[in-house]
Amino acid sequence: MVAESWYVALSAVLFSIGVVGVVVRRNPLVMFMSIELMLNAANLAFVAFGRRAGNADGQIAVFFVMAVAAAEVAVGLAIIVTVFRLRRRLSVDDLSLMRW
Amino acid sequence: MTFAFAALVAGALLGIPKLIAPRRLTPVKAEPFECGMDPIAVAEGRFAIKFSTVAIFFILIDIELMFVWPWAVLYRELGWFGFAEMLVFLGILMLGFLYIWRKGGLEWE
Amino acid sequence: MTPLAMPPVAIGPLAPVLIVLGAAGLVLLLDLLPRPVGRELIATVALAGLVGALLATLARWGKPGRAFQDMLVLDDFALFANVVICYAAALVVMLSIDYLGRNGPETGEYYALVLFSTGGMMLLAAAGDLIVLFLALELMSLSLYVLAGLFKRELAASEASMKYFILGAFATSFLLYGIALIYGATGTTNLDRIAAAAAGRAHDPLLVIGLGLLLVGFGFKISSVPFHMWAPDVYQGAPTSVTALIATGSKAAALAALIRVLVTALRGSQPDWAVLLWVVAAITMTVGNVVAIAQSNLKRLLAYSSIAHVGYMLIGVVAGGSAGPGAVLFYLLTYAFTTAGAFGVLTLCERAQAEAVEVGDYAGLARRHPVLAAALGLFLLSLVGIPPLAGFVGKFYLFAAAVRAGYLWLAVIGVVNSALAAYYYLRVVVFMYMREPEGAGARLVPSFAGGLALAIALIGIVLLGVIPAPFADLAQAAVAPLLR
Repeated sequence: MVAESWYVALSAVLFSIGVVGVVVRRNPLVMFMSIELMLNAANLAFVAFGRRAGNADGQIAVFFVMAVAAAEVAVGLAIIVTVFRLRRRLSVDDLSLMRW
Repeated sequence: MTFAFAALVAGALLGIPKLIAPRRLTPVKAEPFECGMDPIAVAEGRFAIKFSTVAIFFILIDIELMFVWPWAVLYRELGWFGFAEMLVFLGILMLGFLYIWRKGGLEWE
Repeated sequence: MTPLAMPPVAIGPLAPVLIVLGAAGLVLLLDLLPRPVGRELIATVALAGLVGALLATLARWGKPGRAFQDMLVLDDFALFANVVICYAAALVVMLSIDYLGRNGPETGEYYALVLFSTGGMMLLAAAGDLIVLFLALELMSLSLYVLAGLFKRELAASEASMKYFILGAFATSFLLYGIALIYGATGTTNLDRIAAAAAGRAHDPLLVIGLGLLLVGFGFKISSVPFHMWAPDVYQGAPTSVTALIATGSKAAALAALIRVLVTALRGSQPDWAVLLWVVAAITMTVGNVVAIAQSNLKRLLAYSSIAHVGYMLIGVVAGGSAGPGAVLFYLLTYAFTTAGAFGVLTLCERAQAEAVEVGDYAGLARRHPVLAAALGLFLLSLVGIPPLAGFVGKFYLFAAAVRAGYLWLAVIGVVNSALAAYYYLRVVVFMYMREPEGAGARLVPSFAGGLALAIALIGIVLLGVIPAPFADLAQAAVAPLLR
């Protein structure tokens, strides 16, 4: 029997990995994967907390988050493909047309 | 004791050549796959972009099953109310599908 | 097995959102007809949907409703925000009709996306549950990401879209994790039940971290410093009509949701978030105004200006009580009128084969198009906060609320910032009235719908400036249900 707090700790670790990934990586696809990791870390936290709270709210939340994540994947990939078609290269350092 | 000795020997075998062995990097050695033949193309290859479009549509439609499945499990308990709700849900989904289809999103060529 | 108890389906409180989303579906279907229908017809359907939603919202005034086990709370607060959102979206649709045909490819999904995003905003303002809040936020944002990149052959638009998407999705993940932690601390995602469960233990670490992550997510959405970096690039790269929607509607919705969450669910942590937002408000105002001075692109200038205005509105959130959020609601109304109008003028101008967005393009505009120059001048003066225009009254209520709540210094910073901001707004006015253009400057592209939209916005800012009291009273009354 593993206590819920271990799952929460794992989800915090996953979330942190995702944050670091978005910050240090320069490829939009990898950054996007890191964002997905963050969303799934939240999912894990929802399920673990839901078990502790003893209600189904957490698991229901996960359903909606997964559906939203799928929609986000669709929009995100479409945008990334569009940029790639124009640029033929893929790095956020290239997104420098506009500067303050 | 035995373990420490083994670890020491293993470490030495790995570590000493790193310090004293000469390193000469040639183009042939730098290739990812040495078999005497020159590689023709990048190993990963490239997918046609149209593949990604279909993949995106697949994800979108696929994830909706997540909502259909619990409904199917509880079909009898949910009764007509659940049935109507699911019709509304699928109706909206079909509107999106119709849009994909009519806009030519499913054309392969 | 016994049949499960079915929740009652209350269509009433959902009606405004349903009308907007129904219109969105209809627009999609119209776009699919075998024989293509005119762009004007599609725009008219979209506009009719928004006006219908506006009427449905007004009809429900004073009749608060809750639906779907408090997932949706359509009280006066949500209704007021809905009015601002519907109004802004309707203006955007009117401005888009000619602008789109001129600058981009013919796209039918534009109006559907505007309506979907508007529906998301309305749900966001009425969300009584953190999960609904998340879903509404994503419905709004995902549509806006696509809209920002609508001109997909243009590099700047694609760049804007990608930056908006990656940073927006990043921010949403923070928000979601914050929701998860708050759920962990209280065992519920319902705002009222969170407030009950969190009472007396404001220093539960889960709750504090959850509040922090939630504020990071909202900070991105309302573009407050230090999470504002996406705003100038997105505002500049996106089509101008979409920029107007991002600057008015999405900001109003996110601020309304932020106020609702802070004032109802997290009222126990008020000392914590008030201190944090005090600092954020001060920095946001100052950074927005100082950087705006250096801008030569009018869209970027308005972007930094909108960042500064978020700073002003956060003053009201910090001030709290009933006066603070009420002042923010009223300010949102004036701000929506003003900003939609200012961007609206930009959509009506063009220069040779390009959009007129540089400040220099507007040199001498007063001589060539006096009415248009006067309109832009009035919108800019309202943004400065010069009486008797709407912007002045909005700022007055905000600063008064801050002083009354004891945040004298914050009000002083706000006033100093307003004075600073006058410089860059008035510089544009000076260009329009006192400079000669180098080469051919911006010229007017006549558009009936666009002109009508500008007229409505102008009437709005003058009306709100001259007789503000009834509207301000409505805003104050709208906040009351939150404070129970």
